[in-house]
Amino acid sequence: MKHYALRRLLQLIPILLAITFLSYGMMRIAGSDVVEQKMENTSGTVSQEMIDAAREELGLDKPFIVQYFSWLGNLLRGDMGTSYVSNKPVFSTFVSKLPATLLLTLVSILLTVIISIPLGIWSAIKQNKATDYVIRTASFIGNSLPNFFVSLLLMYLFAIRLNWFPVISKGVSLQSVALPSLTLAIAMSAKYLRQVRATVLDELSKDYVLGAKARGVKFSTTMMKSVMKASLVTIITLLTLSIGSLLGGTAIVESIFMWDGVGKMAVDAINMRDYPIIQAYVMWMAIIYVLVNLITDLSYRYLDPRIRLGGIEQ
Amino acid sequence: MNETVTVRVQKVKKNGIKARLIFFLILVAVLLLVTIFADKIVPYDPYAQDLSLSRLPPSASHWMGTDQYGRDVFSRVVVGAQTSVFSTLALVGVISVFGTIVGTLCGYYGGALDSIVMRISDVCLAFPGLVFALAIAALLGGGVSNAVIALAVISWPKYARVARSQTLALKNGPFVSAARLSGSSSMQMILRHILPNIIGPILVTAMLDIGTMMMELAGLSFLGLGAQPPTAEWGNMMSGGRSMLQTYPWLVLSPGFAIFLTVVIFNLLGDTVRDYMDPKNSRAR
Repeated sequence: MKHYALRRLLQLIPILLAITFLSYGMMRIAGSDVVEQKMENTSGTVSQEMIDAAREELGLDKPFIVQYFSWLGNLLRGDMGTSYVSNKPVFSTFVSKLPATLLLTLVSILLTVIISIPLGIWSAIKQNKATDYVIRTASFIGNSLPNFFVSLLLMYLFAIRLNWFPVISKGVSLQSVALPSLTLAIAMSAKYLRQVRATVLDELSKDYVLGAKARGVKFSTTMMKSVMKASLVTIITLLTLSIGSLLGGTAIVESIFMWDGVGKMAVDAINMRDYPIIQAYVMWMAIIYVLVNLITDLSYRYLDPRIRLGGIEQ
Repeated sequence: MNETVTVRVQKVKKNGIKARLIFFLILVAVLLLVTIFADKIVPYDPYAQDLSLSRLPPSASHWMGTDQYGRDVFSRVVVGAQTSVFSTLALVGVISVFGTIVGTLCGYYGGALDSIVMRISDVCLAFPGLVFALAIAALLGGGVSNAVIALAVISWPKYARVARSQTLALKNGPFVSAARLSGSSSMQMILRHILPNIIGPILVTAMLDIGTMMMELAGLSFLGLGAQPPTAEWGNMMSGGRSMLQTYPWLVLSPGFAIFLTVVIFNLLGDTVRDYMDPKNSRAR
């Protein structure tokens, strides 16, 4: 286990380097007109001398690799440059927007658990009955709805027609988080409901369930004490793995609901061509995603002894 | 006796799936025909502006109302299918072919090529999908083809992985060994013996991918990173109508349901193809 964890941590280094290199390279490719872009945003007339001076000031006249390493050095000190638009430090802007996104992610996962696990189990117990078909159809529909359409539908129904929630989020509050997190939870629940159903069905077909039934153990007891426990590992793993797609999905949903998190920040930055912000967003999202995947992998191996054995054998 | 019963049950199941498959194939064919001839069948010019007809509610002459420039929304939705459907099919076609070639070669030859390509795909997969697509689209600027490129860059590894694992599983199978002993060249082995056997899982992956890719492409357009106005495309039509959701909801709902319906049709076909290809259902073929 220790060896495995250590190896996975070491494997992380090249991937993190590649992520930073790609993030940096992408911005540099786009950044050929970065200086002009910056000038355009701040002042009217621009001379070639002003552009050259600004290039030198930003260190854009040095070779690419030198620039990358000086950038990487700054990055390790928490300095990611300043936004072209607001002139504020990128890193602190990013950090100030992160809690809102984390809250949204957390509430969405919570909602997903509340929706998908009971429905998935119910659907499995009632396999091939009417309930099962209804739940599976709902999951199919949820899977076929793009999240920006779900956002607008929910907004239309609950905010405009029924007036239950604010159309545009007014700061970070329970009322404001409801619709954006429900949007994200619908897409995820549709996906995980099927997985929960498949996992529980798989578990139900095992001999011990029949054995328990033969011994006269109540079905609900078998369900709660054994089947749930056995299925939970898979379900938890699936949920943590979905954090990655959730992080990407928040971009659209946040900007629709004006939720002031990193996703909205990124979309705004893309529209303003504010490359340092885009770069910070891409890089941190990738790093968070890789770390979450690693933690999931490690915890999975910890929770499931069969996999743990496999790890030692390697 | 039990054996015959099982076989018969499988046969019935298989026939059901086959009927479903044909039905959804016809549905998709109709959808494609409508898409191809969209400009011929729409009642109005989707780009003709007439401000005197601005923001009319749905009626007999304008089934889905008109937008702020007086353009007929129904015509725009139908023509919008061209952008969404064709770019999605092109995208899935390119990534599945490219991914399969790369994955098969990696699986067959292994070695340094395999390690390098798999590390590249690790990095591609290390970025949460849409985040990376956003970045690439932002880099390349707006436009349908750029959005397709952005999604292609992040999506090919999926196919490469499927093709690679399938190739690895087949590589040492008895019939491949037999072909090798009988003197087939590597190219012949891949083309005649490996590819035909891995095409099933790839096809299933691709079919199930169409809906997702369509939604992601529309999502990029919705954010202004795909098709640009005035092009009729579902994502950017919804984005354009978004600020008027309260007063003119049909501007958002019509293209929204068009995406939903199209994705549903492709997903149904995808699910059916998967069931059809599933070895559990195919013993009685």
